[in-house]
Amino acid sequence: MHQHTRIEEQIDLPFLESLRISFQSLKIRFGRSIITTAGITLGIAFLVSVWTNNEIDLALQESGRSSTIANLEETSEQGISTKDIWLIIMSLIVCVVGIANSMLMAVTERFREIGTMKCLGALDGFVVRLFLLESGFQGFAGALIGALLGTLGAVALGLKDYGLDLFFYFPLLPATPEDAPMRIGVLLLILFGCILGMLLAVIGSSFPAWRAAKLPPAEAMRTEV
Amino acid sequence: MPDIVVKTEDVVKEYRMGSNVLRALDGINIEIERGEYISLMGPSGSGKSTLFNMIGALDRPTEGQVYIDGQNMSNLSQRQIAAFRCHRVGYIFQSYNLLNVRTAHGNVTLPMIFAGIPDKQRNEKAEKLLDKVGLGDRMYHLPDELSGGQRQRVAIARALANDPSIILADEPTANLDTITGREIIDLIKQLNIEQGVTVISATHDLKMLDVSDRIVDIRDGLVERIRDRDEIEIQIGEVGGHE
Ligand SMILES: Nc1ncnc2c1ncn2[C@@H]1O[C@H](COP(=O)(O)OP(=O)(O)OP(=O)(O)O)[C@@H](O)[C@H]1O
Ligand SMILES: [Mg+2]
Repeated sequence: MHQHTRIEEQIDLPFLESLRISFQSLKIRFGRSIITTAGITLGIAFLVSVWTNNEIDLALQESGRSSTIANLEETSEQGISTKDIWLIIMSLIVCVVGIANSMLMAVTERFREIGTMKCLGALDGFVVRLFLLESGFQGFAGALIGALLGTLGAVALGLKDYGLDLFFYFPLLPATPEDAPMRIGVLLLILFGCILGMLLAVIGSSFPAWRAAKLPPAEAMRTEV
Repeated sequence: MPDIVVKTEDVVKEYRMGSNVLRALDGINIEIERGEYISLMGPSGSGKSTLFNMIGALDRPTEGQVYIDGQNMSNLSQRQIAAFRCHRVGYIFQSYNLLNVRTAHGNVTLPMIFAGIPDKQRNEKAEKLLDKVGLGDRMYHLPDELSGGQRQRVAIARALANDPSIILADEPTANLDTITGREIIDLIKQLNIEQGVTVISATHDLKMLDVSDRIVDIRDGLVERIRDRDEIEIQIGEVGGHE
């Protein structure tokens, strides 16, 4: 048997190795991942649909103003109404809270796994990085689906309100009309939704993961969920 | 001069719960020699797992020191502790603690990944170890698809991955039936003899008695007594009949 004396320092894992471990974990936990991802999807879908709906309203009101066809009486109020702003802020909050909550649950049920990895020689930083990667993928995938669903929902609503006109004036791209509020356009909205979902997922999971990684393994492994 | 692997000096562990303080370990002094098979015995709640955690650097003592290979564990950096857990100790738990997102093979390679061992080498070693514990035909199964005894075998193979000098086992047979438990004990004993690895095991299991070199009886966070091989053999005679 070899005789050790000095205790060496633990090495950092190559990034690719972390990437591989996180992918394997996502693949095997697919079913469970989907439930967490669904939380992200819902939050982003809600936000994007409310916002897109708003953009559609703006775009079509403006088209009504500039076209010769007289539109409904006084729809052309200046600016986004307070009600709309309120709705968007509300949906943002729902989105943030929902995602943070799903990520917190997802990390909490894996405390034991975190403790076990530390027993096998994982550094705290590795544990955090693993969760960062996993939740980043999950967040992006969930948010993309959510953003697309949200857009679809808003389009369906728009079709009901404006009929096929919707497609002639669809606010796909950003616009800065002179006498109406600026629009960021649906494409950017989708992109924004994806980034937001990913960021929220990463932040929402890295904080509890960091706390769990700091715990001595004995503590982490005690947690039964 | 005996070769001491583990030495504890007045180890105290207190758990604080609100205003209550629970003294789980009340000044433990033990010395364990290299290559020994030690069983920690004692009633439930006596502090076996707590001591296990202190020796394995899974938690920090409130007071006192733990020395492994002469190294004071409280002087180690975070990186050194991680390396210690990775290279020096193999942990075996009552509830197996396998990562259920990884196959048996994936569980065994993980500590070698952390140790920076190249792909090919660690894959071969994992296969060899799983073969050795009798799971050659179950390597690529997930833990959920294995029986309790098989899972514990995976845990043993995983514990051996980086050739540790100490195996720490916390009630490794508590969730297993008598026969499977016996097989697991024999397997651990075999490693103890063949590879000279020091085994420290917390247990209630009387089957552990006859493979142990010494038994440390823990009661209320204190070492009540330490029994040697000769004393144990006499007692096995008494127990054997009605086991
Ligand atoms: N994290 C903790 N927080 C609070 N109390 C704890 C904690 N861990 C252990 N204890 C307490 O410390 C005492 C010793 O517990 P320990 O788990 O070491 O006992 P044990 O000998 O391993 O028991 P068993 O045979 O049931 O596993 C018990 O009274 C237990 O309730
Ligand atoms: Mg215990």
